[in-house]
Amino acid sequence: MASMRDIKRRKGSIQSTQQITKAMKLVSTVKLQRSKAHAEQTKSYFSCMYDTVKSMIVKAGALDHPYLKTGTSDKKAVIVITSNRGLAGGYNSNVVKLITRGELAEKKDDLIIHAIGKKGRDLLARAGYRIADKDYSEVIEEPTYVEAMQLAKELLKNYMDGEIGEIYLAYTYFKNTVVHEPKLLKLLPVSLEDEQEMNGEAADTTDDKAMMNFEPEADEALSLIIPKYVASLIYGALIEAVASENGARMQAMDSATSNAEEMIGKLSLQYNRARQGSITQELTEIIAGAEAIS
Amino acid sequence: MAEDNRFTIKIITPDRVFYEGLATMVEFNTTEGEVGIYKNHIPMTMIIKPGILYITDGDEQKVAALHAGFVEILKEQITILAEIVEWPNEIDLHRAEAAKERAEKRLSEKDPKTDVARAETALLRALARISTIR
Repeated sequence: MASMRDIKRRKGSIQSTQQITKAMKLVSTVKLQRSKAHAEQTKSYFSCMYDTVKSMIVKAGALDHPYLKTGTSDKKAVIVITSNRGLAGGYNSNVVKLITRGELAEKKDDLIIHAIGKKGRDLLARAGYRIADKDYSEVIEEPTYVEAMQLAKELLKNYMDGEIGEIYLAYTYFKNTVVHEPKLLKLLPVSLEDEQEMNGEAADTTDDKAMMNFEPEADEALSLIIPKYVASLIYGALIEAVASENGARMQAMDSATSNAEEMIGKLSLQYNRARQGSITQELTEIIAGAEAIS
Repeated sequence: MAEDNRFTIKIITPDRVFYEGLATMVEFNTTEGEVGIYKNHIPMTMIIKPGILYITDGDEQKVAALHAGFVEILKEQITILAEIVEWPNEIDLHRAEAAKERAEKRLSEKDPKTDVARAETALLRALARISTIR
């Protein structure tokens, strides 16, 4: 059995770790509340944007617009949204897994990673992926729409120049406080099948909007709206990712705190047992000594 | 004020719901020119150009500077998905005037390197801000 002093020291160290995890949990709870409120506020914009673009595409389905078909290049740009800091459980590695496994796994050489968040960037760089030169890691700390717009603009330019043929977005969808799903979304070309798959229940609203008129003409309007659509999706993903990150961290820290609690309980038991053992031993020795004298 | 010629208007930005309420007429600037929308307009989607947004509800009128985004018009509802929209009290007049001068200068210099479309949008934006305040 470990000595009393060893157990005491171990208990002390776990206690101080627990204090840290507890504090981090509190901090991320507060941050989660803020980012959750933000995510809810922005949601209406995206669902609206989504529905509008969808109905446009239903109408403009036969159009031969560059945004609607795969580019000539095999290269695929992937925007990967992770966090800058760790201690968030499986949050970062789950997003990275979307790319290292799954449908994109075999096309490793064609991928160009646009990483937002240091963790994902580092993990993918280590796995040998091609990382775009520009670093957007700071964006995740406090995402603004302007930053999302800049990124969208740059990617769309590459897309129109034929440098990349497809644009994907990997992020964590914030379903609620406890459920966050890593998601891989195809931004461009906008394809109808994906749209319906992802948003099945909204399909019935398509009928009345199919009568929609466009001014300017549909293809011209499309050229103007798609960049906004891409920017808003990126922005929405950023906001959701921030909320998910804080949620994931809160959960991770919560379980770390309760694990520490459990360990401290076990160690206290061991410590008391060791203390009682040493007292019993001392007593036995005294009695034995007294008997030997008498 | 008869109830039946009012419709709902919703202005949404990426960060907040800017305005939600009833109106009898809405006016704004689009790529095709300035338009005013009443109830029962045919369904239409339009792209916004920087300009002033008027929301009229009977005798009351609200003004805002609307810079970018698009509008979805349905019979009884107008949804403006705005990237940038500001109430008059949110506008910094000095900044807008400085931006106006900058854009005018850039346009008048006729430097082949200037992005004319961008400078023009900046000018329009500044003008919209200034005229919204006045």
